[in-house]
Formats: sequence, C-alpha cells, structure tokens
Amino acid sequence: MPQPKPTTNIGPSSPVPNSSGPSSPPTPLPTGSGPGFPRSRRSLGLPGWNTGKRLIQPLILLGPAGLWLVVLLLLPTLLLLELSLIPGFRLGQPPGAYGLGNYVTLLDPLYLTVMGRSLTYALGTTALCLVLGFPVAYWIAILAPQRWRSLLLLGFILPLWTSSLLRAYAWITILRPSGVLNSILAGLHLPGQAWLNNTPAIFIGMTYSFLPYMVLILYASLEKLDRRMLEAAADLGAQPHQTFWKVTLPQSLPGIAAGSLLVFISALGDFVVPDLLGGSSSMTLSRLVYQQFLGATRNWGLGSSLSLLLIGAVGLAIALLLKWGNRDSDGSLL
Amino acid sequence: MEQRPGAVLTAAPPTAPSPDIELRDILKTFAGEPAVQGLNLQVQPGEFFSLLGPSGCGKTTTLRLIAGFETPTAGSLHIRGQEMAQVPPYRRPVNTVFQSYALFRHLSVWENVAFGLKLQRLGKGELRSRVTAALTQVKMDPFAQRFPAQLSGGQQQRVALARALVNRPAVLLLDEPLGALDLKLRKEMQLELANLHRSLGLTFVMVTHDQEEALSLSDRIAVMNQGRIEQVGSPSQIYENPQTAFVADFIGDTNLLRGQVEQSDSATVKLVTETGLPIWTERRSEWNGTLPQQLMVSIRPERILVSAPGQMAGIARSPNCHAGRLKQVMYLGPNIQCQVQLPTGEELTVLQPNGREQLPVIDAEVEVSWQVQDSHALVA
Repeated sequence: MPQPKPTTNIGPSSPVPNSSGPSSPPTPLPTGSGPGFPRSRRSLGLPGWNTGKRLIQPLILLGPAGLWLVVLLLLPTLLLLELSLIPGFRLGQPPGAYGLGNYVTLLDPLYLTVMGRSLTYALGTTALCLVLGFPVAYWIAILAPQRWRSLLLLGFILPLWTSSLLRAYAWITILRPSGVLNSILAGLHLPGQAWLNNTPAIFIGMTYSFLPYMVLILYASLEKLDRRMLEAAADLGAQPHQTFWKVTLPQSLPGIAAGSLLVFISALGDFVVPDLLGGSSSMTLSRLVYQQFLGATRNWGLGSSLSLLLIGAVGLAIALLLKWGNRDSDGSLL
Repeated sequence: MEQRPGAVLTAAPPTAPSPDIELRDILKTFAGEPAVQGLNLQVQPGEFFSLLGPSGCGKTTTLRLIAGFETPTAGSLHIRGQEMAQVPPYRRPVNTVFQSYALFRHLSVWENVAFGLKLQRLGKGELRSRVTAALTQVKMDPFAQRFPAQLSGGQQQRVALARALVNRPAVLLLDEPLGALDLKLRKEMQLELANLHRSLGLTFVMVTHDQEEALSLSDRIAVMNQGRIEQVGSPSQIYENPQTAFVADFIGDTNLLRGQVEQSDSATVKLVTETGLPIWTERRSEWNGTLPQQLMVSIRPERILVSAPGQMAGIARSPNCHAGRLKQVMYLGPNIQCQVQLPTGEELTVLQPNGREQLPVIDAEVEVSWQVQDSHALVA
C-alpha cells in the first residue's frame, strides 16, 4: 500500500497529497509522534509563534491610537486629578499640601449657579436641536425624493465646514444691537431686542452649531427605518399620526438618544459660543475653566476640579445612555 | 371565449350575492410605465384566491392596490360593495400578512397582535380575550412575551398571521406569505393556511410565484403576466385547460409546438409544424365558425407514452404516434423523465411513472404517442 508522502505539507492541517491510490483506505494524517515522517520543528514551534502573533497583532493595530490616548488623554487627566487635590495651586508657586479644598469651593453658591446655568444651556440646546432637527431628518430620510437625499444632507451639514469661531462672529453681526436682526425688526416697526451678551444668543449660537450633528445622527437612524413597518401600521388601522407615535418614534429612539447625548456633551463643554455671544452675565463651566487656567485668577487647582466635574458629568450622561440603551428590545445599543 | 379575463365569474359559486373584492379596468402606472393594466377581477366571499405569476408581472402591485398602499391611476376598486380606490389603508376592512412579516421589532408578540385592536379602542377584557384567541389559533400563545427578534422565521410568520386575523378583516391579504421559509416548513404552513381558511370561512387573497403553492391552496387562481391577467380559473382549469401559451408554459411543464392548420373535420384538426410533424388535436367548440390559420398545441409530459417500437402500448388508435430516439433519461424517484427526439427535429419531454420496468437506455429507438384530446390547442 503506498504511503502518503507529506513532504509538501504547508501547515499542520493541510490535506495529504493525492499520492494514495483510489483503492487505498483513508490514511490518518501523520502526526509528530506518529510513525514514518516526523513533523518538522517548525510546526511544533507554531503554537508558540501563534501566541506571539495573537499579542502582536492587536498591539500593532491599537498601538498608535492607544499611545495617543495615553499621552494626550489619560496622563493629562491624571495630572488634572492631582492638581485638583492641591488647594489653590498656582503655576510658579510651590504647591501646598494635598486636600479637598478645591472641591469644597465648588459647593459655593456662586459656582453652583454656574453649574446650573451650564446644565440649563446644555439641556436647552439639546432640546432645541431635537425639536428642530427631527422634522428635518424625518423629511430628508422619509419624505424627500431618494436622489435628492445626499444633496440635502450635504447642504445641511455644510456650516460645519467653517470654523466655529467664524460662525460665532457671523452671529455677532446678526445679533448685535445695530445688527441684521434688529434692523429687520425696526423695518417691521417692532422694538429692537438685546440679543447679544444674553441667554438667547447662547441658545441660538449653540443650537446653530450642533444642529447638523443631531440631523446627521437622526437621519442615519430614520433612514434605516423599515418602511414596511409603517405600511403594516397603516394596514392595522393606524392613521399617519398614530403610526408616527407608535412606530416611527419608538423605532428611532436609539438615534434620538445618541444624537441628544452628542449635542449635550458638546454643548456642556462648548467655550466659543458662551464666550463670544454670552457676555459677562452668562458664565459657564467651560468659561470658568478657561478663566482659572489662562485668565486673571490662574487658580490651576480650582480649574482642575472644575474640569473633572465636567468630565464626570459627561461620563454620567454616557453611563445613563448605556443603561437606558440596554433596555431596547433589540438588545442592540444605538 | 370562455375563461378570458372578462368572464371571471364562471368558476365562482353561483349563489354569491356580491363579490368581496371587485376590480374594474384598473390601470396603475409608475413613472408612466404601466405596472398593471386592464385589470378585471372579482373575488367571492370565502374564496381562497391566488395571484400567480413571475416576478414583475404586477401581482404584488395588485395586492397593494387592494390593501391601499397604492392608488389606481384609473379604474374602480370595490371592497364589500364600497368604492375604495381613494380610501387610505387604515380605513379599509382588509389586513395584510407581509412578505417578510414586518413585525414591530420594539413590541412584544402580544403587543404586536394587540396593535390593531388598541387602535379600535377595544375594552380591556375583550382585547385580552381576542388577542389570546388569535395567538392560540396560530399556536403562539406560549410566546406572547417574546420579541420578534427572539423568534424563528416560522414563528414570526404565525405572529404576522395572528396580527392580521385578530382584527377580523373582511379579506385577508397574503403577500408571498411562505416565501421566506424553508421547504419543509413551507409545506407545513401551507397545510395550516388551508386549515385556517377552512375553519374561518374568510376570504383570502394570496400573492405567490410558486405555482405548486397556488394550485394546492387556491379555489381560484389568476395567472398574471406583464401587468395583465392571462387567465382566471380553478387550479384544474388552469392546468388542464390553459387559454394562452404563457399559462400552459408557466403552470407545470409542457411541450409547446406551433403549426399550420392543414385539415379539419367536425371533431379533429390536423396541424403540421414547420418541420413537417403532423399533430392531431380536438376541434374546440369556440372555433365553430372560422378556424384560425395557425395554432399552438401544449402537450403535457405525463400524457405522452414512451414505448418500444411497434408495441403501441395503451394508445392503440391515436394518430399522434411517432418514432423517436431517446436523448436523455432522468431518474426523478416517483417518475422518470425522458427527452425524445423526433425525426423532424422536435424534442419532446416525457414523464413516465416509475413502474419498476427497466430504465430505457439512451439512444434507444422508441415510439411516443398521445391521445388526440391531450394535444391541447391554443390560439397562437
């Protein structure tokens, strides 16, 4: 009976070459301990090489981004944590003893007001973006003709191509006392309003800045909506508004949550709009952080504790979404 | 001519007071292209009616017109005697089982089935008893709290059925209801659909491209092609008495041959194909006046007999008897399929029951024969 000659074996599991005749019974693959042909050292060494490969491959893939995150995110955050634990730390002065003084300062009613205001701005902007963005996303994704969709979407996210600073300055020319908006009001014989350096300017500016993100995410969610499900609802007797509340909205909840979270995080941390459009009366957490690090006070310790407060708030928002998102019947998040 | 699209009532129960669904001269165009045209159709109460045809023939458009997802470009559509062409789907007394079920993924099985009843603002007690009854009917009551993603295809199918039936529609519309199931499950669900139809006495309108499914389930079938109805009739009428070459070809296998009318008497007509093959066929009553010059004949493979030369087994006195050569023999289990080439060049497909005889040998000289009434004449 001809013995298979696995001299051309490439790997441990490669089939036996067809040297055995059609009449010969199936021959088991030769193994390293089997008689005849000894498995090469190379194949015995393979498992070890594999483990090495199993470690090297992800390292190569994750290395650059991981290094980036460690050097530019993790280490600075740890540094912030340390600074926040040194009350009254200022650059150029010898650091004092560790303590929770900075965090106690945060409980001052003055800072609590600022936190409340930041939260209000962020939540208000999120709500405005959702209310304004949903109809737009719905229209582009469901009602607009297919071939126009990409163009419409592009048109809507076009403002993102200019710098946020530029957009804020554009709003200044519109909202200032002698600006475009008040000129129009004057033309209509209506009294002019103090838009700029006021709360309305912040809501207008931030909503304008973050609306495209909301529309983009809601569009992605609505575009996936199964149209036959809408037909099924109509078939079962649901009028269009009932279909919307009972099918369309529940189906797009993950998108709504994701879009709201993104806008909320961005708005909570936004500095440009509150600083340029908000005026002195609308101090926010991000402006306070700026003041502590680069402004007049230079209290890096307090600035660090404020920064960590912001990070904590964002982390909490994400944690809530994760918990809430898991309730989705699909079991899929976002 | 009997059985042409205009005369669809021939196979309907004669006592039927008024049809559940009536389409008259329906035209539907998409971007100027007609999807269905000249559609005339009546579905009688309690009927299991199928729309059968190849993809793109307009059968799904027809169903969507009845459901209300499309509005006809022209023509009238009545459901239970009421004009419904412009009525939105949510005001029509019909419910649909969708092709891939279209269950609400964010709702449990129970909530899916209760969807329609909740919209009707039914009392809690009645809602619960009707949903339970519908789920029990399709044997899905143990799965009431599951979500669609946790169900198999067959189970989702049952939920979709319950979701439609619980509303007690006048007509149940089924869009390729079994298309997504594997063969074994499909056979099982076919039986259940037939049982459901019998026990409910409800009018079913089903779209399918599966001729076997249509033949086995339907009371009547409308065969559609290129936006038009080719023929409406009972399964046996459609199979035994196809009115057009398309129907003969689409339903089952057949041998289609075209020929010139050469001679005829009161009972038979003799055609000769282009290659010179003579075929005798029955003279149809509708040709009493003028006989068409050209005719087509459809000969079903199972009606042709293959025998050894000179034996003429069974069909002794048929003029349709020709010598031939076996080109191919295929063993199909219950049947044996042969390709026989005639001296004139035509190749006939023949289906023989597997009767434990010896398998014919390829290249053997044989004789093929069939009865005069089995060469079914069609207008070419």
